[in-house]
Amino acid sequence: MDIFLQQVVNGLTIGSIYALVALGYTMVYGVMKLINFAHGDMVALSAYIGLVLYTQLAGLGFIPQPLTVVLVFLITALVIAIFGVLLERIAYRPLRTAPRLSAVVSALGASMMIQNGIMLVWGPNILIFPADILPAISWNVAGVTITFIQAAMIIITILLMISLTLFINYTKMGTAIRASAINQDAAKLMGINVNLVIMIIFVIGSILGAVGGLFIGMYYRGITFNLGWVYGLNAFIAAILGGIGNIPGSMIGGYLLGLFTALIAGYVSSAWAEAFTFILLILILIVRPTGILGERVAEKV
Amino acid sequence: MSELLLEVKDLVVNYGSIQAIKGINFSVNKGEIVSILGANGAGKTTTLRTISGLLKAKSGQILYNGTDLTKVPAHKIVRLGVAQSPEGRQVFGTLTVEENIRLGAFTKKHADKDTLEWIYELFPRLLERRKQLAGTLSGGEQQMLAISRALMAQPQLLLLDEPSLGIAPILVKMIFQAVKKISGHGVTVLLVEQNAKAALKLADRGYVLDVGHVNIEGNAKDLLNDPKVQEAYLGKKD
Repeated sequence: MDIFLQQVVNGLTIGSIYALVALGYTMVYGVMKLINFAHGDMVALSAYIGLVLYTQLAGLGFIPQPLTVVLVFLITALVIAIFGVLLERIAYRPLRTAPRLSAVVSALGASMMIQNGIMLVWGPNILIFPADILPAISWNVAGVTITFIQAAMIIITILLMISLTLFINYTKMGTAIRASAINQDAAKLMGINVNLVIMIIFVIGSILGAVGGLFIGMYYRGITFNLGWVYGLNAFIAAILGGIGNIPGSMIGGYLLGLFTALIAGYVSSAWAEAFTFILLILILIVRPTGILGERVAEKV
Repeated sequence: MSELLLEVKDLVVNYGSIQAIKGINFSVNKGEIVSILGANGAGKTTTLRTISGLLKAKSGQILYNGTDLTKVPAHKIVRLGVAQSPEGRQVFGTLTVEENIRLGAFTKKHADKDTLEWIYELFPRLLERRKQLAGTLSGGEQQMLAISRALMAQPQLLLLDEPSLGIAPILVKMIFQAVKKISGHGVTVLLVEQNAKAALKLADRGYVLDVGHVNIEGNAKDLLNDPKVQEAYLGKKD
């Protein structure tokens, strides 16, 4: 039972990362019907930028530690948001009316460029996040250990997801985003600037991805230039699990996949976690290709 | 002579590699109901989509209150006062009826209360179903919603693309009556229809489009009695 609960906590922690990153895939797919393969690499880039920022800011010596961490999050999110907007402008917008496959190839190209760019700047070796970024507190609840970073990750992720849900469901721009995901032409007829909607989607997706990237750095500590593929792929599977294009679906998919991998790691072997993840993916694609929440409502024509 | 609101001059539009509109001219005066008739593939929908900016014109002009709409992006055309209820309704199926209606007022700071009340008065069914997902409405109800959504933008010119398509006859009648009321409210209407008889009974003037050309034009009453129109579109033969 102890192992079970401990793995649930670990699963929720990893699930937070998956959910955050999956939202970026799902929102872009929802509006543009495009798999943004470069999203995972943006997540990797955010970990590197975060590490550089932290080293620089902490090196100044006069900023209090909590403020440093907050600044690292804010500035990294901003930088990655700008990168996300640029990515859309350069790699996707010129191909908006081109066949879908062209955009997919462009996405793969962008992914490789970012990945190799990271390697060029920071080298191919593992960089290590300092251990003392966050306080090394941990709590012991009924035999289960929860560290400070685990609690912070889960709480921040849930707060971000609540904010996103409120924004998408209850604001004018949120409704415009949902409308653009359903029918871009009809959205234009409402006076919605679809280009602006797409830009906002990339900003939101990039910010969530940046937070995910920083979490990866701070939780696992070792980062490599290709971490975007590893976590991006898992987050992508999470998005499919929940129903790609569906925002609550990605949140649920992220946490379910996190729990799944953690329980496999706990009861089978962590070496097998990846293999089981792909078995799960294949099963979903066979049994319920639209994912858990995909395509709930039949549209009358 | 009343004041000109929309003037389409030598408009040419390509649809892929096909020239769908081959240089058409027509105009709409303020307060009129003008109907564009024609068979499938005549270019009616293409014309409306080009006016709304969803398609780019190859050449020619679309002058609306003196502004050339061919140079304005789609989302800004709505702000200028041109709203469209598109072919096949295209309501946002997974949004509620109310959300659809509010999206119609996207260009406004707030959804106009009087317009909202007026719409629910025109189509009381929408008020009953406002919490329902738009995709669960019947075809006729979706058409009412598409028109209402367009009206929320408080347009000066309302473009209606085949409001009678695939809708129960009793609802068609109701929708045409509503169009008359909308026109009575001071909104200029450009109506594209295959249902020529019903459209001409409602309209002031009409144009008949035939594979990308304007073939016949005139007062709606004259067109109703025109033997060529009768033969081709009204199913009458001498």
